[in-house]
Amino acid sequence: MADLTQPIQEARAALDAHAVEIVKWHFSPETGCPFWLDWAKEAGWNPAEEIKCFDDIIAKFPHFQDEWLRDKQPEVWVPQEFKGQPFNIFETGGTTGMPKQRIGWNDYKVDYSEFSDSLDDKEFPRDHYWLMVGPTGPRRLRLSIEHLANVRGCSCYFVDLDPRWVKRLIADKQFDQAKAYMEHVVDQATTIMKHREVSALFTTPKLLESIAERLEDEGSSLYEAGIRGVFCGGTTMDPQYTRFLVEELLENKIGFKPTYGNTLMGLAKHKPFTPEDKFSITYHAPQPRAALRVVNPDTDDLVEYEEWGRVELTTLTKEFFMPRFLERDEAIRRPPIELYPWDGVAEVRPFGAMQKKIVEGVY
Amino acid sequence: MLNIPVLRWGEPYESLETDEVIHHRTGEVLAKVGQANPGLLARDMRKANRAREALREIPIKDLIEIMKKAGDLYLNATLPLGDGEQSPDDFARQQSASTGLPEHMCKFNMEKNHFVLNNMDQIFDALTRGLDLEILERGFGVEERGVPVSYQAQSPVLGMVLPSNSPGVHTLWMPVIPMQIGLVLKPGPQEPWTPYRMFAAFTEAGVPKEAIGIYPGGGDMGAETVSRCGRVMIFGSTQTVKNYSGNEQVQVHGPGYSKILLGDDIVDQWEDYLDLMADSIFKNSGRGCINCSGVWASRHTEEIAEALAERVGPYEVKDPTDPEAGLAAFTVPGQAEAIWGMIEEGCQENGTTHVTEKHGARLEQLERCDYIRPTILHCDSPNLKMANTEYMFPFTTVVKCPQEQMIEKIGGTLVASAITHDEAWAAQLTDATNIDRLNIGAIPTIALNWLQPHEGSIVDFLFRARAYQTPDERLQRHCSR
Repeated sequence: MADLTQPIQEARAALDAHAVEIVKWHFSPETGCPFWLDWAKEAGWNPAEEIKCFDDIIAKFPHFQDEWLRDKQPEVWVPQEFKGQPFNIFETGGTTGMPKQRIGWNDYKVDYSEFSDSLDDKEFPRDHYWLMVGPTGPRRLRLSIEHLANVRGCSCYFVDLDPRWVKRLIADKQFDQAKAYMEHVVDQATTIMKHREVSALFTTPKLLESIAERLEDEGSSLYEAGIRGVFCGGTTMDPQYTRFLVEELLENKIGFKPTYGNTLMGLAKHKPFTPEDKFSITYHAPQPRAALRVVNPDTDDLVEYEEWGRVELTTLTKEFFMPRFLERDEAIRRPPIELYPWDGVAEVRPFGAMQKKIVEGVY
Repeated sequence: MLNIPVLRWGEPYESLETDEVIHHRTGEVLAKVGQANPGLLARDMRKANRAREALREIPIKDLIEIMKKAGDLYLNATLPLGDGEQSPDDFARQQSASTGLPEHMCKFNMEKNHFVLNNMDQIFDALTRGLDLEILERGFGVEERGVPVSYQAQSPVLGMVLPSNSPGVHTLWMPVIPMQIGLVLKPGPQEPWTPYRMFAAFTEAGVPKEAIGIYPGGGDMGAETVSRCGRVMIFGSTQTVKNYSGNEQVQVHGPGYSKILLGDDIVDQWEDYLDLMADSIFKNSGRGCINCSGVWASRHTEEIAEALAERVGPYEVKDPTDPEAGLAAFTVPGQAEAIWGMIEEGCQENGTTHVTEKHGARLEQLERCDYIRPTILHCDSPNLKMANTEYMFPFTTVVKCPQEQMIEKIGGTLVASAITHDEAWAAQLTDATNIDRLNIGAIPTIALNWLQPHEGSIVDFLFRARAYQTPDERLQRHCSR
């Protein structure tokens, strides 16, 4: 194995420099947003001066409260430089009540353009057609996927899935309705695949399973339908399930890119599988624009490598600063790799999944 | 420690997810069992027809002989299991260690399974009511009385969602393979032993391995088995029974609420039946659905309860390897405590008495498992909460109830042993649709005649009798072959 000491140090230095730059940006009156400027006044310290590295953020900022994204009007998050420019409003989660909202301008394009560099042209051919089957609506994902396709010279078909409705159906034990809705989504997806040329598919694991099953019921398969690359994300994929997707549905012939991302972070890249991984998926954050830590939920300390902990996200872009947000996920902490010389998060699943039943639905 | 794979139509599949089977007393890991995910079964079910096709290449009469050979192998041979092998003694030890059942009872269950496999021809004859086996093979034919008949398989495979706590239930699926129907088995997490040992014995005896799939897993695998197999047998609670009520694809085996009913004509001689009552309550750890959970009589109930308490109350917890051990451990954490809590709460009701109290504490909690010693309650009315309850240990309520109200008040009853010479009452009992297995006379609830159906005939469940008309010439041509 290559000596990663230097790449790790370089990545760390880049993260530290980026953290200082972004904090200065958000906490300087000439560039910052009203929310953070007001926050600093109340906090009684000046992050623009006191944050000297990424670890200072961890040491000095409290956890970002998701209520702030629900309760505050969107304009409080507008940095001075973006003032007057209309923004996208993206939402996360939200089965009932007010959802979390994040505003943005170009971040999603940057995140997904970067992600494009990790794709293999054989699996995700350029100048072709994609299909996204998943949550569109107010989510960042829809524009992001279309941008990602466009960056690669492709155009994208869309079939919508409303995860909020599915979660409600499942929580209300209306399983027949949930199944019927899923069938409705699969109908639309396979119709597009039958009548149009599509080589890349972005969907959730459960929908992927259902789409593959439908195609096979009709004597076809994902590969025969023309699919050469699949992005999958949104719900838990443990190693056995991942192996099942890769070996059985994708027949080891279709490229598989598991994804971990959300409106608040962007898109994490996964460590390319090696036989030693045994289908355990590890994601690495798009550092330095976002950093992931796996922490002990009781002490907030980093857990040891290969130990489970809660996922903590810090987002560091000029559009959005979000320190130490505790995701509703838990994961195994994994060490840096040559391709991504910073910590990874593996086998992500809902926080407390071992203790309680989590409604994930088809999303 | 053994590593046991998923079996996909007989082919081992090393899952990346495993579940540990633990010794209930020592905590030793006995085996790591590969866990299937629902998608695997969904895909494999596309090939379910091959399971039946493979079996249809072997005549039923030959399959019956194969079952006999398999029975001998199951009982006596060292057979492959996962990455190791298993002798008959290993099997009994392992099953006892994970289920909490005493070892000698595991061995008794082996003999029971062996008996069923070894007498498959008679059992088959009884279940099919003497049907010419070639008619079942062919799907149609002419009975001896000259009537054309047809039996159509309703599914190429039978799905079984098996329990962890009652190894006795496996006899129910033994006749399936000779009916040329494949098996999809979802073992109980603590009892993978019987399905895998049966698979090994069956295949060594000549059953095509592609006829059987074993898919261990959690609740989602059970649900997938139910949704994917055209015919499924499951084991569960009263609620599970309700959930699947009216679903012709699913045969549910729930609690038995089996009872002994003492007729007014013999109740004054109740002492003559004390052994029968105690055996029905206590034998085979009292865990089975055919164990007695209620003794009903119109009088002498307090004395009966006292006598039963005297008989079964003193039984102590013994090591599962002890040949005298009579109680099975509760291996699921918190289960025994919760059950005992329910019993104590029930005893708060006026008219309900805990009769075994004087024989010492019932709940015994060990480091990794718990026991509840035999418990006898008395209810002076059939309307009390505890009058119709069942728990998976030797537990019985002796209920005072007028004979004329008994049939209605006992509710759903798997086995009713009515001890009476009153033919009028016997006739009413015969007509009572809330009773499944009816014993009239001094017969313990646990005495099973294997030639009789259990909770419905499995033949009727798997095959549909239907009209089949064809010119006589064709009929004769096919049937004379």
